[in-house]
Order: sequence, then C-alpha cells, then structure tokens
Amino acid sequence: MTLIKKGAEAELYRGKWQGFDVVFKRRIRKHYRNPDLDSYIRTSRTSLEAKLLSESKRLRVPTPIVYFVNLQNTEIVMSYIPGTPLKKMIPDMDVASIKQYFSTIGDRVGRLHKGGIVHGDLTTSNMIVKDGNVFFIDFGLGEYTLDLEARGVDIHLMRRTLESSHHEVSKIAYNSFISGYSGVMGGETEEVLRRVSEIRRRGRYVEGER
Amino acid sequence: MLGIECTAHTFGCGVVSSEGTVLSNTKAEYVPKTGGIHPREASQHHAAKASSTIRDALKEADLRLSDIGAVAFSAGPGLGPSLRTGATVARMLSLLSGRPLVPVNHCIAHIEVGRMVTKEEDPLVVYVSGGNTIVSAFSDGRYRIFGETLDIALGNCLDSFARSLGLSHPGVPKLESLANEGRSFIPLPYVVKGQDVSYSGLLTMAVRKIKDSDPRDLSLSLLEVAYGMLAEVTERALAHTEKPSLLLTGGVARSPRLQRILESVCREHSSRFYVVPPDLAGDNGAMIAWAGYLAIKEGLTAPIESSYIRPKWRLDEVEVPWRG
Repeated sequence: MTLIKKGAEAELYRGKWQGFDVVFKRRIRKHYRNPDLDSYIRTSRTSLEAKLLSESKRLRVPTPIVYFVNLQNTEIVMSYIPGTPLKKMIPDMDVASIKQYFSTIGDRVGRLHKGGIVHGDLTTSNMIVKDGNVFFIDFGLGEYTLDLEARGVDIHLMRRTLESSHHEVSKIAYNSFISGYSGVMGGETEEVLRRVSEIRRRGRYVEGER
Repeated sequence: MLGIECTAHTFGCGVVSSEGTVLSNTKAEYVPKTGGIHPREASQHHAAKASSTIRDALKEADLRLSDIGAVAFSAGPGLGPSLRTGATVARMLSLLSGRPLVPVNHCIAHIEVGRMVTKEEDPLVVYVSGGNTIVSAFSDGRYRIFGETLDIALGNCLDSFARSLGLSHPGVPKLESLANEGRSFIPLPYVVKGQDVSYSGLLTMAVRKIKDSDPRDLSLSLLEVAYGMLAEVTERALAHTEKPSLLLTGGVARSPRLQRILESVCREHSSRFYVVPPDLAGDNGAMIAWAGYLAIKEGLTAPIESSYIRPKWRLDEVEVPWRG
C-alpha cells in the first residue's frame, strides 16, 4: 500500500483488495480534537459517505465503486480512478473544453440535487477526469437532503472555488455549470440561484448584489 | 507612518517606521456595561479618547505630528459610527499635518502586520476576531478567501456565550480557564459546509443548554466544537493551497488552546506555524500604519473629499499591488 494523498481529514492509500485496484480512504484520528467529538465525526462521516457514493451511481453520476466499509477503522475501500484532478487540468484547457466540462458537471450536480443528495464540498480537487468523463469523489461532507439551503450552499461553494482557484475562467465556467444544472433542475433552478445570491449576501461584508 | 484604527470597540493609534519597527501603539477600548457593542456609545467613546490616545502615541514615539510622513486609517469593514469617527480624526490629522491620507482595509492590516513581524512571505492566513472569521491566501493580486463564517464570527460566538454565563469582558480567557476544568463532552452542533463554518446554531444551542449543564463541561464542549470546526476548514485550505506556513492573526489569535490546535494541524502537514504577538493581535493602530505604508508606496492615497468609509468592504475586493 502506498500513500497517495494526505487530505484534510483522511489518508488515501492505493493498493490491492481482492485483486481489485483500490483506494483505502482512512479517516484518521485528530489529536487536536476532543476524543468523543472525533470518534463521532469520523464514524458518522464514513458510513454516510459510503452510502452517498453508491447512491450517486444510481443517479448516473460517476463515482468510485464502494467495495467494503470498515467502521472500526473508519475506512472505505473503493475502486481507484486512474485519472487527473480537474483542478490540475483547468490551466491548460481552452474555453470550449471548459464550457463542455462545466456544463457536464452542472448536469451531474443537478442529478444529485434532484435525487436528494448534496455533495457538500464541490471543489475542482474533488473531480477526477478519466477519458473525458468526470468522476465525483469525497462525499465526506455530503448529505441526503432536498433542502433548498443545502443545495444553495453546494452551488455557492462551487462558485467560490472557481473564484478563488480559477478566477481567470470563473465566469465562463460558472455560467456553463448553471446551464448544465438548469438542464436537469428546470424550473427549480431559479429558486436555487436566488438562494445562492442570498447566501452570498449573508456572508459578511458583501457590498450589494453581485 | 501614523495609523488610526477605529472599526469596532477599540480606538487605536500606532506609529511605524518604514523598516517595520513599531515606535508606538496606544489604544483605548470601549467596554459596554452590559451586552455587546452599542455602536453609538462606542463612537462617542472613541471621539472622547481620540486626542489623548494620539498624543500618547506621538509622545511614546518621540515624534511630532509634522514628523509623520502620512496618515492611514481603517476605512472598513466595521461599524459605521466607529468608522466615521476614526475617518474624521484621520482627515483632521491629514489636514493639520499637510500629509497624505491613506485608507486601509482592516482585514488587510491584520494580515500584513502578521507578515511584518513573522517575516513570512506567503502564509495561509487564519484571521479570527469578534467580527471576522476568515481563512485566506494570496493568489494573483489579492487575498482570496478560502473559508469564512456563513453567519457570526468566532469571537462573537464565544463572547456572547461568555456573557450568557455571566462572565465579564474579556470573556474568552475566562471561558478557556473554565473549560480547563471541564470533564465530559456535551454534543453540540458541529457545522462545516465545505470550506465554510457556521457558528450561530452552535451559540444558540450552547446558550440553551446553560440551565441544565455544568458550565465547565459546556465551556469545554463549546470551545472544542468551535475551534475544531475552524481547524478542519484550515486543514482543508492548507491541503488545497499547499502553502508552506500558517499565520494566525486577529483578537482570538491570543487563545492558547486555538494556538495549540492549529499548531498541531500544521505539524501534520509539515507547515510552519506562526502567531501574531498579543499586542498586535487585537485591533490596533500600528497594523493600520504598516498597511498604510505598503499602500502609499504604491501611491494609494485618497483625497479628503473622497475618503469614504466602507462598512462592508470585503478582504477579497482589495487589490494588493505590493505583493506583485
């Protein structure tokens, strides 16, 4: 097993499991956190994430296959996606592919929302591109909900990620994202977008509507 | 360079040299008799204390007003009445001395004073105070916001809770010593949304539990949850931005518990950890003077007649040309 990523809350190891090429996602103990709080957060997120990964597939949103969940070790064993994080690809992309990718991403987020799931951490590091297909990973902050607020926060975070990490293309990417999203969400889109701008204004010190 | 800080409860005046040496840093703090800051009372306090605070700062620096190169002031974000008082004082000093006036963003000042004392070139910044909770990093000309509170600030949450327990100002140190005696953990809402945190629900629930909980356990739990949430989004930002170090700044930076937690986050990511010294952590004039100095080197002055205050001035709206 080799460590492939040390994330904020989990360590990802690549290895073999029952002959499959897999990733072990292990939520590690945080020594700075109160032990009771720590074990509660790790166990509940591991179990929820495993469910969300599988459920998303049913909504035709590409995610890794979950092979095994070990709650004692707060560990998920899932298929390895041999691709590249979208974050790393954006700087070399032309406008046409940015439009195409983000319209697809919008479509998939729309399918999740319509199906009662919010991802909770829509950053470009959490999208893996393999053969032109976008896989969503890390549902650690996701939840089952049809709540307008949760959907709004999801979109708000996507927009914020674009502005902070990819500001030179953020407008094009965001507009394409919304067009893909509205293709699935239809009439509900407007309500979600209204909430997104409300969330944005709720944040401290936003001057007027932007 | 002279700086006037006046965004909330502190009226501060600082004098800083062009080498980044703090020559003086005086302040007067408005402490409400009950409850939180009353904006009008705060501004009246500041107006009354302005001249003596400035006089003390000049005396301590052993300078006269005519020795000052320029006058910087915090133009926002902050409470309107406080900002207007500070801006009025700064405009007057500028007119009296004939020196240029430099409007400064308060959040930028907290960050830049941290970079000034730590000499750290490009840290991830965690800025926590009574009015702000921001995780930020410099990228392409601005301090971009990677995470922030969706509602109230960390310091606001802790101060309000401390007041509900009947603790006097400043509440956070007293809360921390109570928490040190806490034994059992009481579950409270832990709200992290992506890179952002939310403290309002946590505060409401903690206050509601006061009547049937041990205040020591409750303080412990509140701090663990509040700091734990911040640590989580900080860790995410550190992983995402891959910055080599972390700088903790703002009034709540003085918390020893928070320092230990973030230090431990840094250790796990092999990043260096820095914290702004206590006298420069809370609101102060020296940080405004230093940020003003960086700005005036780029020619960023404002004529008196358009030196407006900006109560809702966001950190990520400010161009930062001195960081190329």
